[in-house]
Amino acid sequence: MLQYTIRRLLSMIPLLLLISLVVFSLAKMMPGDAFGGEIDPSNTNPQYIEEMREKLGYNDPIIVQYGRWISNFVQGDFGKSTVYKKPAVEVIAQRIPNTLFLAVVSLIFTYVFAFIMGMYAGRKPYTLGDNLIATYNYLALAIPSFVAGIVAIYIFSFQLGWFPFSGSVGIGLEEGTFEYYVSKVRHVLLPALVLGLMGTASYTQFLRNDIIENGRKDFVRTARAKGTSESKIYNKHILRNSIIPLITFLGFDIATLISGAVITETIFTFPGIGSLFLESVSRRDYAVMMSITMLLSFLTLFGNLVADLLYGIVDPRIRLD
Amino acid sequence: MDLMLEVKNLKTGFDIDGQIYHAVDDVSFSVEPGKIVGIVGESGCGKSVMSLSVMQLLPKGIGQITGGEIKFQGKNIENYTNNQMNQIRGKDISMIFQEPMTSLNPVFTIGSQIEEIILNHNKISKAEARERAINLLRQVGIPRVETIIDEYPHQLSGGMRQRIMIAIAIACQPQLLIADEPTTALDVTVQAQILELLKKIQEQNNMSIILITHDLGVVAELCDEVIIMYAGKIVERTNVDKLFYDPQHPYTKLLMASIPRLDIEVDTLETIQGIVPSLKNMPKVGCRFMDRCPSAMPQCKTITPKLAEITDNHEVACLLFEASNSEKGVS
Repeated sequence: MLQYTIRRLLSMIPLLLLISLVVFSLAKMMPGDAFGGEIDPSNTNPQYIEEMREKLGYNDPIIVQYGRWISNFVQGDFGKSTVYKKPAVEVIAQRIPNTLFLAVVSLIFTYVFAFIMGMYAGRKPYTLGDNLIATYNYLALAIPSFVAGIVAIYIFSFQLGWFPFSGSVGIGLEEGTFEYYVSKVRHVLLPALVLGLMGTASYTQFLRNDIIENGRKDFVRTARAKGTSESKIYNKHILRNSIIPLITFLGFDIATLISGAVITETIFTFPGIGSLFLESVSRRDYAVMMSITMLLSFLTLFGNLVADLLYGIVDPRIRLD
Repeated sequence: MDLMLEVKNLKTGFDIDGQIYHAVDDVSFSVEPGKIVGIVGESGCGKSVMSLSVMQLLPKGIGQITGGEIKFQGKNIENYTNNQMNQIRGKDISMIFQEPMTSLNPVFTIGSQIEEIILNHNKISKAEARERAINLLRQVGIPRVETIIDEYPHQLSGGMRQRIMIAIAIACQPQLLIADEPTTALDVTVQAQILELLKKIQEQNNMSIILITHDLGVVAELCDEVIIMYAGKIVERTNVDKLFYDPQHPYTKLLMASIPRLDIEVDTLETIQGIVPSLKNMPKVGCRFMDRCPSAMPQCKTITPKLAEITDNHEVACLLFEASNSEKGVS
C-alpha cells in the first residue's frame, strides 16, 4: 500500500503541472492585471507605469512569466498578496482554521442526517417516509444556497435571535477563554447547518438505493436463514456493503473541506477560504487567487487518493499494489 | 413416530400487478426424522419457492403463503412472526442455497459469518464461538483452517464456499436441513464431494434433509424418499427404489427416459416436448402436464387429478389411476 501511495503521489506531479498551466492561462485571460496594487496610486505618469510594468515583469513573454511563477511556486513562494501586502501563503493560512471548522461541523451535519434518512428510506422504500425524505432532498438540492442562507438568517438570526448572522467570532473576546470558544461555535452553527443540510441529497439517495439493492442480495437471504434479526441485517450486513460507494463522495469532500463554500461564507460574511477566494477574484489579487486554485486542485487529487486508499481498507476485495 | 416436518395443502403465491399467481399450489408432504427427501422438478416448478415458504424467506412484499399448514415437530409455524421464525431459522431448520458465490457476505471474514449463527442462538463468548467455528470448518473438510477462518469469501473457490455454507447451516446442529440445489453451481468432481459431505453429516447428526434438485442422479445417490413436482404441484411421491424401478406418472417416466444411461446405446437422448405453462397461464382445472403428456385423455382437461396412493407408499396424481380421479372418489 505504501508503494501504491508513493506511486500515486508521484503521478500527481505531471497532472498538477498541467493544472498550473490552465490556472495561469485563465488568470492571464482575466481583464486587467494586478499591477494596480503594486504601484504608487498617486503617481499616474504613464512613463512611471510603464517602468513599473517592466520592473514587475508584466512585459515579459507569457512563457517567461509562467516559468517565473511556477518556479517560485514549487519553491514555496506563492507570491505576494497585492491587497493585503503580505505573502499569499500567510493570508491563506490565516483563513484555513475558520474554513476547516465550518467544513467539519457541516460535514458532521451532512453525515448524521444523510445516514439517518438514507438508512430509513432504504429500509422502508416507497413508503410515505421515503417519499418525504426524497422530496426534502430534492428541494434542498434545488434551492440555491444564497436563498437558503438568507432565509435561515432571516428566521434564526433576525426573528428568533438564536444565532449571530455574520463573522466567525464575537467582537472583543479574548482568544483562549471559554466565551471565545462558545462564540466560535455559535457563529459556525447556522452556516454549517445550511451547508450541511443542503448537501445531504446525494448521500441520502445514494445510500437508500444501495441499501435497497443490497437488500435483494443472496447474502442477505443467508443472514435471514441464520436467524439474524432484521435490524442487524440492515445495520450490519447491508450497511457495511452500502457505505463502500459513498467513499467516492468522501474523496470530493476533502477538497470541499478547504474550499469551504464560496457563496455560503460570503452570505454569512464568514472569514474563510471561500470568501477570500471570491474577494481575490474581484480585487485582482492574483497571487492569492492562483494559490487557492492550485491548493484546491491538489486537494481534489489528494482526496481521490484518500478515497482509493479507503476502498482498499473498507472493501476486502480491493487490494492495492 | 413424530414427523419432522409436515406440509399440508400449502399454497404460495406471487403478487404480480395486484393479482396472486400460485407458484406452489396445494402441496402436501412430510419428512420423517433422519430421512433425506428429494424434491425434483424442472426450473420454475415451485420447488425453491416451497422451501423458501417453509423458512418464510420469500421475497418480501411479493411472495406470500396464502393457505395451508406447515408443521415443524408438531407445531404450526406458518403464522409465526419474523421474530419467532428467527428462533427457529438457523437453529432448528437451516438452509443451504444454490449460489455459493453470492451467498456469503463479501465484506466479512469466513469466521465472523460462522460465528454469527452460533452467537445468534447460543449465549457464549466470542472466543468460544470462534473455537466452535474452527471445529466446524474442520468437520466440513476445509484445509488450513487457522488461516482461512480470517479470510474473505472471494479468496475461496465455489466448492470451498459451499463447504462454508454447510458449516454455517450445521453450526447449531439443526434437525432439518433444506438444501436448495446445493451442487448445481459446482463442477462435477466437487459436486460428488459436497454430496458425500452432506451424507456424512446427516448420518453423524441424524438430521433430516430436504434436498431440492433437478438432478435425478443426485436423488439416486442420496435420497430415501422422492417427490416429483410439476408446475407447482406434486405429481408423484414414493421411495427412491420404486421411483427408479417403477415410475408411474407419465412425467416421471419421461424424466427417467431423458437420463443418459451407460448400459443402453442411444443416438439421441429423449426430451420432453413442450414447455411448462407459465405462472400467468396456468390452467384452472385439469392436469397441468396434459399438453406435454403422451397419454393425455379427454377428461384430463376437465378433471384435476389428485395425489393418491396407488400402491403402498406410492402416490401419483394422474387420471390413468382410478384413485387420482377426484370425481369418482367423491361418488
